[in-house]
Amino acid sequence: MPVISYIEAVTQALREEMQRDERVFVLGEDVGVRGGVFRATAGLIEEFGPERVLDTPLTESAIAGVSIGASVYGMRPVAEMQFADFIMPAVNQIVSEAAKMRYRSNNSWHCPLVIRAPYGGGVHGALYHSQSVEKIFTGVPGLKIVTPSTPHDVKGLLISAIRDEDPVLFFEHKRCYRLIKGEVPEEEYTVPIGKAEVKREGTDVTVISYGLTLHFALKAAEELEKEGISVHVLDLRTLIPLDKEAVLEAVAKTGKVLIIHEDNLTGGFGGEVSAIISEQAFFELDAPVRRLAGPDVPAMPYSPPLEKEFMLNPEKVTNAIRELAEF
Amino acid sequence: MATDITMPQLGESVTEGTITKWLKQPGDSVSKYEPLCEVATDKVNAEVPATVAGTLTEIVTGEGQTVEVGEIICRVAEAGEGADHEKAPPASFAEEEPPAAGKERAKSDADAGDSSMKRRYSPAVLRLAQEHAIDLEQVEGTGKGGRITRKDIQKLIDSGEFPQTGARSEAAQKAEKKEEPQPAKTGQPAPAQQQQPDVQTEPGDKEVPLSSVRKTIAQRMVTSKHEAPHAWTMVQADVTGLVKLRGKRKEDFKKREGISLTYMPFFIKAVVDSLKEFPYLNSVWGGDRIILKKRINISIAVATEDALYVPVIKNADEKSILGLAKAVHRLAEKTRAGKLTMEDLSGGTFTVNNTGSFGSVASQPIINHPQAAIISMESIVKQPVIHDDMIAVRDLVNLCLSLDHRILDGLMAGRFLKRVKERLEAYGPDTPI
Repeated sequence: MPVISYIEAVTQALREEMQRDERVFVLGEDVGVRGGVFRATAGLIEEFGPERVLDTPLTESAIAGVSIGASVYGMRPVAEMQFADFIMPAVNQIVSEAAKMRYRSNNSWHCPLVIRAPYGGGVHGALYHSQSVEKIFTGVPGLKIVTPSTPHDVKGLLISAIRDEDPVLFFEHKRCYRLIKGEVPEEEYTVPIGKAEVKREGTDVTVISYGLTLHFALKAAEELEKEGISVHVLDLRTLIPLDKEAVLEAVAKTGKVLIIHEDNLTGGFGGEVSAIISEQAFFELDAPVRRLAGPDVPAMPYSPPLEKEFMLNPEKVTNAIRELAEF
Repeated sequence: MATDITMPQLGESVTEGTITKWLKQPGDSVSKYEPLCEVATDKVNAEVPATVAGTLTEIVTGEGQTVEVGEIICRVAEAGEGADHEKAPPASFAEEEPPAAGKERAKSDADAGDSSMKRRYSPAVLRLAQEHAIDLEQVEGTGKGGRITRKDIQKLIDSGEFPQTGARSEAAQKAEKKEEPQPAKTGQPAPAQQQQPDVQTEPGDKEVPLSSVRKTIAQRMVTSKHEAPHAWTMVQADVTGLVKLRGKRKEDFKKREGISLTYMPFFIKAVVDSLKEFPYLNSVWGGDRIILKKRINISIAVATEDALYVPVIKNADEKSILGLAKAVHRLAEKTRAGKLTMEDLSGGTFTVNNTGSFGSVASQPIINHPQAAIISMESIVKQPVIHDDMIAVRDLVNLCLSLDHRILDGLMAGRFLKRVKERLEAYGPDTPI
């Protein structure tokens, strides 16, 4: 299987779906001539022309609104928010229109749209280029929220998202774009939305994570194996709908759970996962459910030492897992 | 002093770069911010500037090589002195650091003897222990503070050899709740309310729901009887002199103090003075030790229509007959008025039970847990006895003592009773009180 980067997986999925289905088109700021600021849409305008690769004004509310209208009309828009941080002006469109379209029209209308957004820090991007915004949407029924961590899952899930009949927010961790490489099948495949995956089997501590921090967990697990600590790693891949069965199964493996995400601790999705565990797997628990997350500060600091302090890393994850293992 | 120059972060999402051309060679002098080499990434091409002035001493990454952001590409020896303030900041801030190797495990030797978490059971551990009837008290934990982990239990279950529950009685576990304030005790044994006995009700039977006081009495009686091995002994005292003394003084006393002069303060005084001689009678069973109580606080049994209370006379050894009489009176009044406080009910170290007040001549009291012993003073009865080698009519009283045989043996209990008896018999019609 060829090895490609996380961002190449995005491009491949877009290209293949645009080739397969004429209704699929992309739109966003600088996605056309520039090929995207991260180069995710590089080459698409050359192949599919400016009618299917739309450079939009710097108006996220319009990007979302146009996508909603087009999708209701029968198109398959894939909108790009240049940075997840910029999604805020589009929140009203996403929450009040896209998420509720099927419900309020009693199934007469629906929004098969995808909104892609690079999120996360660790790239020296400071306030407006580093935020994790998934928790803003996880509490809004009607949206599907996908957060892949490997090229394989990126491609398979993005294709599933484009083919999905309802709105999907597709969050790509920008630090993973060129850092994470992996094997991706040449033939067509999909990864189902709403299915978590065990990325590593273990018996001492269960780590539940997604995105960049998932890789920290895998790295930590490797390190801890040398100390005789066996770590079970579950990649949620999709936050909504959450694969509760996989979560409970992973909890039952060890009874000690560490939930990791870069999004802030308070209100972060880990709280929801933790609540489900204590409600439904109480008698499996051998230790308090622990969370490791971004601190509750307003934004990613620009100062390099402070950014480093904010960001999780394999060492912080290793220490947290070790602490649980010893409990 | 050489400064490491690292691959800089050349844009968001860029994690690695390829050196395309070295602009300086080892031995070349460089000034600060002067370009050292050209780098290509998949987003940009750029030059890497020197972060310090000095001489390029070593090229680590050759042309055409690709390295991750943060990796060393070359070294520059700094020019002149004052190198410290020029120290190169790391060019990258985003690389993950490898987990610090050899970090000491929290489970150090100092931790080994810690058993503070031994009885903190997780839901999983409790569930597994109950499903397999494992006695957790006998399981060694490998977790922090000696905590028994789920894995510890799982290992036992897998091995098939584990300590079964059932060895320890329910009462033994109950007994761990020590020194609670006691609303009730002594007297007749009360039925255990823990188990549901198989009792049939017939037509006409009346079912009385348990009051909370009755429940507490039942529980405390069971606890005491189950935990403390009771031994029982009785002596008889000739209190003819005391009876005469009381008969002579009681009217005066009533007039002067406003309360009746009963035998109770005399009994308590004799007991308290004897307790000072035998501190083991004034002690508490502490599991792995015996605690000899310094203060002498006498619990007295006071009955109401539907319950029995044991309020406490604090520091009874500091009180005279009059003081004791007043204390008994005050506590009895409070009990009957239902005004006892927790303070009134707690801290007892020995119990004096006045069973004689309702005509009993012998009783086997239940120890007021966790005290060491209880004495009951029976009815004073006129009896024909041999006195001074003559048959005489004397006032006799039985003193019954129940003792916790873990703490006390018969010998010491007997000696204690003998002293109480001697003290009671020493009273004469003219003893000053």
